[in-house]
Amino acid sequence: MLDLVWLVVVVPLVSGLGLLVWGKEGDRVGHLVGTVASAASFVIGLVAFVQLLGRPEDDRSVADTLFTWISAGPFHVDMAYRFDPLSALFVLLITGVGTLIHVYSIGYMAHDERRRRFFAYLNLFVAAMLTLVLADDYLVLFLGWEGVGLASYLLIGFWQHKPSAAAAAKKAFVLNRVGDVGMALAIMLMFAQLGTSSIQAVNATVAGQASESVATALGLLLLLGACGKSAQVPLQAWLLDAMEGPTPVSALIHAATMVTAGVYLVVRSNGIFDAAPVAQTAVVVVGLVTLLAGAWIGCTKDDIKKALAGSTMSQIGYMMLAAGLGPAGYAFAIFHLVTHGFFKANMFLGAGSVMHGMAGPDGEGDVDMRHYGALRRAMPVTFATFGLGYLAIIGFPGFSGFFSKDKIIEAAFGESFWIGLAALLGAGVTAFYMTRLMVMTFTSPRRWLDDVHPHESPRVMTVPLVVLAALSVLGGVLVLGGWIEHWLQPVVGPSVHHELAVPAWVVSVVVTAVVAVGVALAWVTYTRTPIAQTAPADPDVSVLTRAGRNELYGNAVNDTLVVRPTRHLTRVLVFLDARLVDGLVRGLADRLGDTSQFLRTPQTGYVRSYALSILVGSLVVVLALLAVTLA
Amino acid sequence: MNEYLTLSMILFTIGAVGVLVRRNAIVVFMCVELMLNATNLALVTFSRQHGTLDGQIAAFFVMVVAAAEVVVGLAIIVSIYSTRRTTSVDDASLLKL
Amino acid sequence: MILSVLAATPLVGALVVTLMPRTAAAARSVKVVALASSLVALALALYVTSQFDVGAGGYQLTEQHEWIGALGVHYALGVNGIGLTLVLLTTVLVPIVLLAAWEDRLPASRSVNSYLAWMLVLEALAIGVFCATDAFLFYVLFEATLIPIYFLIGSYGGAGRTYAAVKFLIYNLVGGLLMLASIVGLYVVTARAGDPTYLLSDLSGLDVGTTTERLLFLGFMAAFAIKAPLFPFHTWLPDAAGTATPATSVLMVSIIDKVGTFGMLRWCLELFPGASEWASPVVITLAVVSILYGALLAIGQDDVRRLVAFTSVSHFGFIILGIFTFTHTATAGSTLYMFNHGLSTAALFLVTGMMVARRGSASISDFGGVQKVAPVLAGILLLAGLSSLSLPGLAPFVSEFMVLAGTFTRSVPAAVLATLGIVLAALYILIMYQRTMTGPLQPEVAHLRDLDHREVAALAPAVVLIVGLGFFPQPMLDLVNPAVDEVVTHVGVGDPPPRTPAELGGLTGAGAYVPEHGPHETEGGH
Repeated sequence: MLDLVWLVVVVPLVSGLGLLVWGKEGDRVGHLVGTVASAASFVIGLVAFVQLLGRPEDDRSVADTLFTWISAGPFHVDMAYRFDPLSALFVLLITGVGTLIHVYSIGYMAHDERRRRFFAYLNLFVAAMLTLVLADDYLVLFLGWEGVGLASYLLIGFWQHKPSAAAAAKKAFVLNRVGDVGMALAIMLMFAQLGTSSIQAVNATVAGQASESVATALGLLLLLGACGKSAQVPLQAWLLDAMEGPTPVSALIHAATMVTAGVYLVVRSNGIFDAAPVAQTAVVVVGLVTLLAGAWIGCTKDDIKKALAGSTMSQIGYMMLAAGLGPAGYAFAIFHLVTHGFFKANMFLGAGSVMHGMAGPDGEGDVDMRHYGALRRAMPVTFATFGLGYLAIIGFPGFSGFFSKDKIIEAAFGESFWIGLAALLGAGVTAFYMTRLMVMTFTSPRRWLDDVHPHESPRVMTVPLVVLAALSVLGGVLVLGGWIEHWLQPVVGPSVHHELAVPAWVVSVVVTAVVAVGVALAWVTYTRTPIAQTAPADPDVSVLTRAGRNELYGNAVNDTLVVRPTRHLTRVLVFLDARLVDGLVRGLADRLGDTSQFLRTPQTGYVRSYALSILVGSLVVVLALLAVTLA
Repeated sequence: MNEYLTLSMILFTIGAVGVLVRRNAIVVFMCVELMLNATNLALVTFSRQHGTLDGQIAAFFVMVVAAAEVVVGLAIIVSIYSTRRTTSVDDASLLKL
Repeated sequence: MILSVLAATPLVGALVVTLMPRTAAAARSVKVVALASSLVALALALYVTSQFDVGAGGYQLTEQHEWIGALGVHYALGVNGIGLTLVLLTTVLVPIVLLAAWEDRLPASRSVNSYLAWMLVLEALAIGVFCATDAFLFYVLFEATLIPIYFLIGSYGGAGRTYAAVKFLIYNLVGGLLMLASIVGLYVVTARAGDPTYLLSDLSGLDVGTTTERLLFLGFMAAFAIKAPLFPFHTWLPDAAGTATPATSVLMVSIIDKVGTFGMLRWCLELFPGASEWASPVVITLAVVSILYGALLAIGQDDVRRLVAFTSVSHFGFIILGIFTFTHTATAGSTLYMFNHGLSTAALFLVTGMMVARRGSASISDFGGVQKVAPVLAGILLLAGLSSLSLPGLAPFVSEFMVLAGTFTRSVPAAVLATLGIVLAALYILIMYQRTMTGPLQPEVAHLRDLDHREVAALAPAVVLIVGLGFFPQPMLDLVNPAVDEVVTHVGVGDPPPRTPAELGGLTGAGAYVPEHGPHETEGGH
């Protein structure tokens, strides 16, 4: 099966394209075809993973070239893939969670007339994401990178009739493109400096021979790309808008897989980042800032999906932070990425189930948590699974998030006390906003709108929830006995443990204590006073809340610094093109015309005036001849 | 001999002035003929003076051209008259840019 | 002989079409004849490709007859990989265009016969231009292409067509005039050196002295820069494309404008390598300006046809940038870009043309929500748009990235600025798509028909090629590489070697990087 790993990409790709061109006849079974394709991909990936597991430790990497993609002169790119411990984990995460979300979507999208197309897009996304993680060449990775961007664009804007969805889709694509400039430039730099874009060769050479400035430039450019895809500051503004997409999309693309691609990129490029301390520091800073910014936003949003999106930003910030710590953090970044994939997908799907249940008479799901409350009774399965996800994300001891987040905070303290402190603060805030979300949705008194009849979702939607909840609880086993560090060692090198001033268990206790404080604060705040059905107006809330609601003014900054200047520049240029550039051309033509007008004035049409001019002309000629002869 | 040349000059001048000042197309046309014939006279005179035949040959060419011109020119004048009921050259002034 | 036959085929088709009756009843058979002759030309072009020895390089299938002996003018044809690529582009696009133009509404009193005949004449001339290996013959055919386009715009276009046609003609004639001066100059130079000649093979080794070379170069370059079009000589294009029928726009932008960039590659670089290098800083600057300027102006357009025209200005900037970088990577990328841009712009012009014909307006603000009633139209528009913004996986990406990567080795600032173009490209395409296809359905477009089978059939080959060449561009690159290699060697600048070349063989770890212990390749799997 290891020789056929490329099939994991091809199967969903063929299925996705097939579903797109299949006509109306495909509507009846399209969703099943898409789900089966994703499941088949998962099975292939699982078999390959098991086979990889069975190999000796130093032999766990399968690379192959399918064909030569581009070759011209010194420019050579192979369509090459590599199935190694890192990509194997991703393949399982993507196809596993992906398949569950396919199943969930069968129910969630049941009443959408364009369901076949939705599954086609989902399949295309899975194929592109797998291309991204299996690529053995940065340009092939870029192919998957933009492919997931396209799928994300199509899926965010799936309900295109909503202008907000169309605008959000465009915004996501354009902001991603800004990041892609960094990626593209990085690959160009690789060609110019190293003559190749093969991931293995680039990392080996950068770590060995190339100068540090090259490594730094590559690192920073790749980081720009990662910021775009992973919604890290300063390219974070698209993620919250992306919640316009159907909820399964938010779960799969904007929580579990695509947005973590930036973390994957940093970890995959560990050779570059290890050789560039400046770039590593930049990664840490970006991670920390995003961690706190996302948490801040998560505390203030009443829209359940946006609150979760803020949380996603924040959790990816943790991963980035870990990835920026170098060999001390790579394995934990990936570990947190995997556990986050489980519990965040679980919670997003749970949120989708809630929205589904709270849908008003018009069928539109309600996302405002101020209209929820007391759903614990109405939707027991959703509550139970969501609750397990909640315990996982806040890091309740024994749940997956406890292990993964704890490890990152530990590593952060190992790097520097202040970084650790910030990460610790993030954990407390996480506990706060997640508790707030739980209270507002499930436990507080009901604040339902009229005509809303919450009900549990159908089995096809709750089964994936149960599976994901189980994974959220049990995901922590990956770290037992240092398995994940050991497993990833062939890719990222041996894990380095910094000596802490205090034993590791002290850190765990402190983290748990901080989390407990966060939970208690939220519990007190949101159970003491009743929650209003409408949000207090902006002037009535604190500056901090207002900033969070406005997503820390990210959109305003973009608007002032980039969007409006570009729009003005465009207008000015359109004007100048018509008046100046084309004006010169037209002006030249007009002047020529004027000259002709002037020259035609002697052309009166009177024969006698022509005769006179002939006479005068001949006289002049004769006189001139005479003058010449006589002189 | 100079008398012939003087006569030729006078005839040519009369013709030229006629072309310039008269409006009637027929008269203008006659004046052109007058100029051509004045030239012919001069050519023949020069031929006689130099004792060669070059001038006379040239005079024959001029006559042939003049004859052709009469044919074309009169045809134009007739057709203008038939459409516009006028032979004034100033009325046919539309042929311009 | 085969190249002459190839070029003559559409001409014969045009002649037959002209002689057929101009009645409404015969219109269908006229179209069938025109399409058939373009398909024969396509088959011949494929036959030519099969006869072409890809590995050998150089000019092949040559033919040469004396034409005007006193001036040293020959009727000389021959193709190298670059020329053949463009011949293929021409022959592939014309049937697509004819099929797409099947139901074009022409102004009253204009017959479909001459409309199609002019297109076929244009095809014949374009093939001739791409095959000519004699500078004089090239010049004559180059100028002759103006005539069909002039009539295609001026007789069959929309409102303002006369203005656009005259502007197109005069603008291009001015360029042609400067080129004529250089053609005369070439005669003088070669006559002084011995026998006058215009053959490419004789001219490419010519040593004429620096100043003369530069002047002659400028004459050629002016014509090509206007044709391509390069900023600031681009203003005829939006006007022409904004009034012409979509079919005309495709022929003009996708094929004939390529003569400009093709001419730079074949005539400027091969005849005047020194002067090309001398001028490259200016040309590269203008190319980068074109990329950004065209993209920004495209964002600001409301007329969807003008928008596509400005995107082409931006794309031609990339092509010219690649040509004047003189690296193998970039030049091969540019050549491929010419082909890919032909496809993607053709798809874009045709599908927007279908949109405009249905709505009766080209203004973006007159659309909205079309996706709901015409999903196939929207899908193909999106795909064509994505290829225009160079999405990886679609053909233009490969060529654009090669141009950028090749440029990066020579000039980092140019490459960085040009790369910013990809963000602007995303903006102009997605804003256009957002405003026309998404959002609530506008009542005026509520009854818009979706594409019918004929229209889908016309666009399908372009779509298939755009996707196919995105993943498998190598056959085209194999065709192009030997010819590009010759050009790049001739100019003599070449690709700078990588500073620290990576060892592609056995990887050995160093520093903190711990690779696997020797690259393990699985057995088989190919």
